[in-house]
Amino acid sequence: MKKIYMDHAGTTPMRKEVLEAMMPYMTERFGNASTIYSLGREAKMALEDSREKVANLIGAEPGEVFFTAGGTESDNWALRGIAEANKDMGNHIITSCIEHHAVLHTCQDLEKQGYRVTYLPVDRYGFVAPEHVKNSITDDTILVSIMHANNEIGTIEPIADIGKIIKRQKRKIYFHTDAVQTVGKIPVKVDELYVDLLSVSSHKIYGPKGIGALYIKKGTKIKPFITGGAQERQKRAGTENIPAIVGFGKACELIEAELEQQYEKLSRLRDRLIRGIMENIPFVHLNGHPTMRLPHNVNVCFEFIEGESLLLNLDMKDICASSGSACTSGSLEPSHVLLAIGLPHEIAHGSLRLTLGMDNTEEDVDFVLEILPGIVNKLREMSPLFAERKEMPKNV
Amino acid sequence: MYNEKVMDHFSNPRNVGEIVDADGVGQVGNPVCGDIMKIFIKVRDNIIEDIKFKTFGCGAAIATSSMVTEMVKGKSLEEALKISNKTVAEALGGLPPVKMHCSNLAADALHAAIEDFQKKQSKKGLE
Ligand code: FES
Repeated sequence: MKKIYMDHAGTTPMRKEVLEAMMPYMTERFGNASTIYSLGREAKMALEDSREKVANLIGAEPGEVFFTAGGTESDNWALRGIAEANKDMGNHIITSCIEHHAVLHTCQDLEKQGYRVTYLPVDRYGFVAPEHVKNSITDDTILVSIMHANNEIGTIEPIADIGKIIKRQKRKIYFHTDAVQTVGKIPVKVDELYVDLLSVSSHKIYGPKGIGALYIKKGTKIKPFITGGAQERQKRAGTENIPAIVGFGKACELIEAELEQQYEKLSRLRDRLIRGIMENIPFVHLNGHPTMRLPHNVNVCFEFIEGESLLLNLDMKDICASSGSACTSGSLEPSHVLLAIGLPHEIAHGSLRLTLGMDNTEEDVDFVLEILPGIVNKLREMSPLFAERKEMPKNV
Repeated sequence: MYNEKVMDHFSNPRNVGEIVDADGVGQVGNPVCGDIMKIFIKVRDNIIEDIKFKTFGCGAAIATSSMVTEMVKGKSLEEALKISNKTVAEALGGLPPVKMHCSNLAADALHAAIEDFQKKQSKKGLE
């Protein structure tokens, strides 16, 4: 049976064209981009060509794009690099409580180093209020970091509105956004978002893993992330991973050309999936905003059941998905995002995230819709909570 | 993550359901992640004649519930009380370390059901 992969917010399969573009750089074109002979120059050209492709996709200058080992490194660099380089200007950072752990855990670490961090709450859809950002700014604020869209519930944050507020301040406050989930899904242009820093990941857009980029606006005061050689304009040392960079560039080029068409296709499938679930399964909640959400994201909670059991059952039908249940997280805590939008523990327990991708079809969606009610039902029949719920009307 | 035996009990759980006129009912909650397990027993002549469970929880929680019911069906109360969380996990061929706390539910729920039965018995005796 064919596997139905619906966890594209987690990672995506690499495209054939991407692999083909990478292959020569793993074998005959193995040169080190820092050398002057032809092999090295060839690598250097490939490096700069890829940089341009990444820059094009996000509307940046190539000189503002720095390759990293992925989205997590980009987030780490943005936060630590700005905090350290601007210590003399203040020690206050503003972020939200639904950020990816790459941002949240980095902020917690910065707190240990003496920085003060404000974690803004979100409303029930997961929106950060621009007003809240504005009211949290103090004379010590040096950095604001708010994700472009949430990886779990898909809510797209009002980044441009927040960016404008920050730009209007008299003092320089840097603005970073983690755009790992939005690049390649919706139009992302750095100047339209009014950001100074923006994190991108390759493996979320059908490129290879272990590579990403940080956009750093010209003139930004930031500390180098890794010291050593002169690579990445002395900001991120280490011999460049040319094959991965070439693959990343190729993935950006391909997705840019298909962005509009993919957006339409994905949001159509998404809406079909959401409608099918909401109409056919009782006691279900949609997490995130109904329309202001990523085109490929579906996130729902089924009451009375637990997410890991749900995922295992889906896996038995060759459907790959994810959940924010406590039982699926190594820490046995439910997802911080689901708690932040106000869900009680037991409802967060029954969360299911299905994230669509370019290979998914209407048939895939319909197959999931056919399978899902039975699984939910089976687990509910097993659940003591459901039995109590069913009895309730009799008692009143 | 789970071995075959665990997956077998998870995908074909034995003794799922409720016993309407149960002689003993035990319910425990998982303090770690907030799951719930409920066990119903029917006792005759000191033997667990029938046993059913309902569980709200992960794969390990469901598999251990199923396993514990299978282990004690037809056994005497004394034998059933000897079953510990550890023996349930062992009977399943082991659980991932992060899931060990789930196996705590199964034996606890069983013991709670037996306790409930014994309490009811002594009440009857008093009457
Ligand atoms: S019941 Fe939550 S981890 Fe097992």
